[in-house]
Amino acid sequence: MGKPTRVTNRIRALRFVAGEMTQAELADRLGVTRQTVIAVEQGKYSPTLEMAFQIARVFGVPLDGVFGYPEEDRS
Amino acid sequence: MPFEEKMTWVSLVVAIAVPIWYVATMLGKLQTTAAADINFQTPLIIAIVASVVLMVVGAIVMSVATSVTAVARGRKPEDDIDRKDERDKTIGRHGDLVGYYVASAGMVGVLILTMLEVDYFWIAGALYLSFVVAMVVGSIAKLVAYHRGF
Repeated sequence: MGKPTRVTNRIRALRFVAGEMTQAELADRLGVTRQTVIAVEQGKYSPTLEMAFQIARVFGVPLDGVFGYPEEDRS
Repeated sequence: MPFEEKMTWVSLVVAIAVPIWYVATMLGKLQTTAAADINFQTPLIIAIVASVVLMVVGAIVMSVATSVTAVARGRKPEDDIDRKDERDKTIGRHGDLVGYYVASAGMVGVLILTMLEVDYFWIAGALYLSFVVAMVVGSIAKLVAYHRGF
């Protein structure tokens, strides 16, 4: 059982901006299953770096325009 | 549901159903025959072959059902069946690894039975049980990963 990822993403917002692209359409563009897109979008699965780049390329934004990672709590 | 998850359900059902038949058959024989005299070889071979056949049949049924569903949704069947992506592979490896650890633990038990020189009936049964439990636990690990995230 993997622990939940700390990687955040803006895929849902980016899909909305990209003409309300459906999860199925994004999955087809990436060549993955719709369930994988759902899992990534919900933060239940961290994609590989290659897939992360592919997602960013679909939306025409840089990698950190799609994914984020919270700063370490140094307190 | 991804096609790989459907196949995991098939393997889980087969991994539970076939051994139930084998154990029921053996328990019936144990009522009247000593363990050392039981012909376990034939039922065990039947169980193993049946598992393979049922997995193949399950794969065919799932492929047809997935194709019909895909066509009904206006999609190409190969898009849903052939699409094994990186998440499927990662979850598959995770489940196989869990199954490997379970099978390894089972092998220790089989080794102990062998050292104790118990009847072949029990050694074969323990070996079969190890593989079965490994397959069940591995399949459950995959299904949990599919649903709760990985």
